[in-house]
Amino acid sequence: MRIPCPLCGPRDLREFSYRGHAVGLDRPAPDAGETAWDEFVYLRENPAGPTQDLWYHEAGCGAWLVVERNTVTHEITGARLASEAAS
Amino acid sequence: MSRLIARAPAEGLTPLDADGTTLIELPMEPITAISPFAGQEKAVNAALKPLGLRFPKPGQSLARGKARILWTGQDQAFLIGVAPPEIPGAALADQSDGWARLRLTGALAEAALARLVPLDLRTGAFPLDATARSLLNHMPLSVTRTGTDSFDLMVFRSMATTAVHELDVAMRSVAARQDGG
Repeated sequence: MRIPCPLCGPRDLREFSYRGHAVGLDRPAPDAGETAWDEFVYLRENPAGPTQDLWYHEAGCGAWLVVERNTVTHEITGARLASEAAS
Repeated sequence: MSRLIARAPAEGLTPLDADGTTLIELPMEPITAISPFAGQEKAVNAALKPLGLRFPKPGQSLARGKARILWTGQDQAFLIGVAPPEIPGAALADQSDGWARLRLTGALAEAALARLVPLDLRTGAFPLDATARSLLNHMPLSVTRTGTDSFDLMVFRSMATTAVHELDVAMRSVAARQDGG
């Protein structure tokens, strides 16, 4: 599996580590309430199709990436810097 | 007061030679990490201008005289070989003692690195002065092409012995296959 790092180009999986769904970028406000926090911490979609994950380019540029992949075809369709996706 | 003995990271482990392809340790020189603050790239370039350098793009290294600057990660570059100038727009960190610097030179250099580094390091994909952060087997690596058959490698100082060992095995393995072919 190769991930197209926006800074380094396509790189081997072993340079990356996985965090989880990109929902991590949408952290609720501290006072958002129990429901919002419960959903943020525990509830995840289980899509058949496109999804977005956070990966850390640990052995490369050190950037966090939002990687788009398809859970049905396993195709990686894109990656962008999490710093840009979050701003 | 204790008398401390200065030792290079890979002291006594190099030079190595396999069929004319050599591994040497580069002399210890000042290494400074430069991390520009947000939006300060112009100020950083201005501060580097007297050295004839600028902040490198991802994958780029620049050399001028004794000084070399290489991209080492998101918003980070290493200035090697000279004391850093005043750079108001960036965080500077002295890394001089933190890294082992090795140079692999020779006809078998690409083939030896192909056994350890998950990158295409052939000239077409990795030309002169190209640089990358990657892995040397399991070790974090900075690799820069400094010649047609020459690469500068940097690993954490604590991993110098392992790095030399891995490179030694790869060099000898590739050389042995040459002999057999």
